[in-house]
Amino acid sequence: MALGRIVKVAGPLVVAEGLTDAKMYDVVRVGKERLVGEVIVLDGDLASIQVYEETSGLGPGDPVEGTGEPLSVELGPGLIGSIYDGIQRPLEAIQARWGAYIRRGVEAPALNRALKWRFTPTAKKGDFVSEGDIIGTVQETTLVLHKIMIPPGISGTLEEIRSGEFTVDEPIAIVRDAQGKRYEIKLMQRWPVRKARPYREKLPSEELLTTGQRIIDTLFPIAKGGTACVPGPFGSGKTVIQHQLAKWADADIIVFVGCGERGNEMTDVLMEFPELEDPKTGEPLMKRTVLIANTSNMPVAAREASVYTGITIAEYFRDMGYSVALMADSTSRWAEAMREISGRLEEMPGEEGYPAYLGSRIADFYARAGRVVCLGKPERQGSLSAIGAVSPPGGDLSEPVTQNTLRLVKVFWGLDDKLAYRRHFPAINWLTSYSLYKEDLAPYFERQVGPEWNELSREFMKLLQIEAELEEIVRLVGVEALSPSDRLKLEVARSIREDYLMQSAFDDIDTYTSLKKQLRMMQLIKAFYDLGQQALDQGVDIHKIIELPVRERIAKAKFIPESEFEDRWREIMAELRESFEHLMARTGGAYAERVH
Amino acid sequence: MQKEYTNIAEIAGPIMIVEGVSGAKYDELVEIELPGGEIRRGRVLEVDRDKAVIQLFEAAQGLNLRQSRVRFLGKVMELGVSEDMLGRVFDGAGRPIDGGPQIIPEKKLPISGEPLNPYSRDYPNEFIQTGISVIDGLNTLVRGQKLPIFSGSGLPHNRIAAQIARQAKVLGEAEEFSVVFGAMGITFEEANFFITDLRKTGALERAVMFINLADDPVIERITTPRLVLTCAEYLAFERDMHVLVILTDMTNYAEALREVSAARKEVPGRRGYPGYMYTDLSTIYERAGRIKGKKGSITQMPILTMPQDDKTHPIPDLTGYITEGQLFLSRELHRKGIYPPFDVLPCLSRLKDKGIGPGKTREDHAGVLNQLYAAYARGVDVREMAAILGEAALSKLDRIYMKFADEFERRFIQQGEYEDRTIIETLTIGWELLSMLPRGELKRVRDEFIEKYLPKGVEEPVTA
Repeated sequence: MALGRIVKVAGPLVVAEGLTDAKMYDVVRVGKERLVGEVIVLDGDLASIQVYEETSGLGPGDPVEGTGEPLSVELGPGLIGSIYDGIQRPLEAIQARWGAYIRRGVEAPALNRALKWRFTPTAKKGDFVSEGDIIGTVQETTLVLHKIMIPPGISGTLEEIRSGEFTVDEPIAIVRDAQGKRYEIKLMQRWPVRKARPYREKLPSEELLTTGQRIIDTLFPIAKGGTACVPGPFGSGKTVIQHQLAKWADADIIVFVGCGERGNEMTDVLMEFPELEDPKTGEPLMKRTVLIANTSNMPVAAREASVYTGITIAEYFRDMGYSVALMADSTSRWAEAMREISGRLEEMPGEEGYPAYLGSRIADFYARAGRVVCLGKPERQGSLSAIGAVSPPGGDLSEPVTQNTLRLVKVFWGLDDKLAYRRHFPAINWLTSYSLYKEDLAPYFERQVGPEWNELSREFMKLLQIEAELEEIVRLVGVEALSPSDRLKLEVARSIREDYLMQSAFDDIDTYTSLKKQLRMMQLIKAFYDLGQQALDQGVDIHKIIELPVRERIAKAKFIPESEFEDRWREIMAELRESFEHLMARTGGAYAERVH
Repeated sequence: MQKEYTNIAEIAGPIMIVEGVSGAKYDELVEIELPGGEIRRGRVLEVDRDKAVIQLFEAAQGLNLRQSRVRFLGKVMELGVSEDMLGRVFDGAGRPIDGGPQIIPEKKLPISGEPLNPYSRDYPNEFIQTGISVIDGLNTLVRGQKLPIFSGSGLPHNRIAAQIARQAKVLGEAEEFSVVFGAMGITFEEANFFITDLRKTGALERAVMFINLADDPVIERITTPRLVLTCAEYLAFERDMHVLVILTDMTNYAEALREVSAARKEVPGRRGYPGYMYTDLSTIYERAGRIKGKKGSITQMPILTMPQDDKTHPIPDLTGYITEGQLFLSRELHRKGIYPPFDVLPCLSRLKDKGIGPGKTREDHAGVLNQLYAAYARGVDVREMAAILGEAALSKLDRIYMKFADEFERRFIQQGEYEDRTIIETLTIGWELLSMLPRGELKRVRDEFIEKYLPKGVEEPVTA
């Protein structure tokens, strides 16, 4: 490889001359400390390089060496439970060797080279294998069975396959292709981050990614393989929502990318996840999680790469046939990193100084999500759901990052600081948010929880809409001017908001609600509404209905543990009916028909 | 001996361009010797072949193209630190201005610091009692947090900051905070207020002050917070102290940043601030926290005045995205004569949930906090509605909420400048206020806590 020389240094951008055989997006080593950089512009003899580390101390004349390879990640056993920076350097190993601060030029392999993994082959000698075929497994954690696949681009006859304990770079199998060329297969493979991993076919989404968050599952659900964005001003709870999804979403694998955000938040994840239990298996959540942390004060170019590193790892697990959910917090910081590099390149800026290619980069990212038929045998389907937080300046959704994102994602959870101010969390605004998967998922809900679900969800949405309209009137003429039936609607809508949609991430019980419990809770509120309407018809005073003490029990139903819920629910339902019968009996009306 | 250059090609504001340079490195420290022998400092912002773009740390006055001499020092800017800095006052560039002797540094540390490995951070979860109800009760501060005050011109943010510096303590521990104070572009009166207040209460011995006044060179303001944090890191992580860093006023810092960016003719982001302002601010704010295995901690309380009280202005906006919450001050409450005039609703401490609860404050804290917030929010809404419709149009319940909001401001928010409330006192006031509401409204508090803490013998108020 030709050795180049630096001619210019401006922040994270370095220009070098003499890199004659450099290709676009090649990784280069910059300066005597061999800092990692990537070629992003080629112009005659000059190559512009974004450097993934702090560039202090670099100057004209310092050497630049090409590697001829694009920026790649290592994929294999050892990913789960790890925490990496934006270019997949293992932060735990870096701390062990270099201490609490990240020095420049530190280098450590992403996957531990010393660790041995027990490999159990599922293919045998003489089998014909091609790209994506699973030839064996490694039990990586109690939650994750790591499937070892033939890397894309290789096919042929298995000349040899071993079983036993291996490190990630020891050969476990040999494949001979039609031309007689032999390939060593290892537990680990490499893949360039900017290139989507191949799959056979993309499928429409039809299964719910259950999150246990009531407003999401009930009103704005996301499908497995779907895309969602969470924009909101600071303090509206983006990060808490992302954390909640990472904790409770029923995906097999979670990849969490902390992109240009707070250091303490990553620490929170690191300390909390090993202690939290997966509601399905009772195992620590960390055993299915990969973390990428490139906090705001870490080098800006590595922040640009972190999103790609994360999604490549996610695709790799998708290829094994798993459902993977990727959270990126926040894509705005990623876009800002692009803007900063673009500014240093003195490119002609697009909107608000962002580069003109912002839209296509965001599109490329979300397009890597989806439900797919994976390459190779045995036939399997995997899904990759992508959920990006967006941090619009001043909470103004008309800014370029939000607008470009909205063009692509199918779920929009719009956060509202006014809700956050009154401590209504999650502060997802039910009037502006939407999910385009709702129709696609209706059959799923019908199958899993019953046909009533879709009906109740629609009814709730309608009542919330009516509430917004009625509130306009109340603001003009006062609440006492409304008809009793409208007052009832207001009360029910308030109950939906406060007793159902509001959910505390910090309460041990309230933090996760199963679909079954969600349905039961909806039924309580609906029953109150139906009975209330009947009572009104029979001339019961609206104030009597509003003051019913059983409403407090409906309000606190969310704090009842799942195990006791069925029993308590029956009690509350009975008390609800009794209270209304009592009210109606007093007004002399006939008993109401049984409701549900 | 370093090579000296005399071919300065251009000086424009804080930017100087030197040509014919060889061997200059990005970010290295530069000394400029004026004809009279005076030394100014700067750093390399960009090197392009033999041309170096230098950002001056100090004023450009007196520099000229012909006779000034430039030396490249081959190292980044450093601050000499030592424990003797406690009790001392420095200017914004780190020179003593209290008439005392020069500091004999124990070691020299680069002022830009290095990013802390997220894996090495220890999660902040120790409750700091500030004695101010709005902070302790509703927006709890914890050790290692960065919690800014978003204020406006003419509001008493400095008095509040001084009160916090005076009163802050961790329950059950005898150790006290040391304070590192950084002032960027504040007036003499404001700086004097802090010095006098800290001296009066004896806190000055535990404090280090770096002061850049409004009439000091603007460009020094870019260095000042970095000196402050380098000093704080030394005290916290090498001398095991719990350091409270107060930075005021970050708006002046951001303006200095914009000045440099404009002088370099960079493509501006929003309102002319550079596109990298988020990253730049984060290299200041992220230097708060705790490190696993170290005793000390850095808690940051930056203060900024929002231009025209606009929280969507880039300075408060970007700050809010980096810091772990924010405390807003309200001009309206200030006019009503309420001190401290916290605009409670948009205030937030992101780390509060880890710092409260049994063993830290009290088991009912989280519930009380949420209930007070919800009730006050509703009360404020009702008050607005009453202003349009008149009180007569309100329901009984709404009237209770309106009264609650008034009482909340009068009893919970308002307190004396020297009143140091314990967390228990704060929670007691909270429960007294909640007892104004019908019990059915207390949806955010668990029943067991209502039984235990709701004042008894208070007449059950009328329901709607």
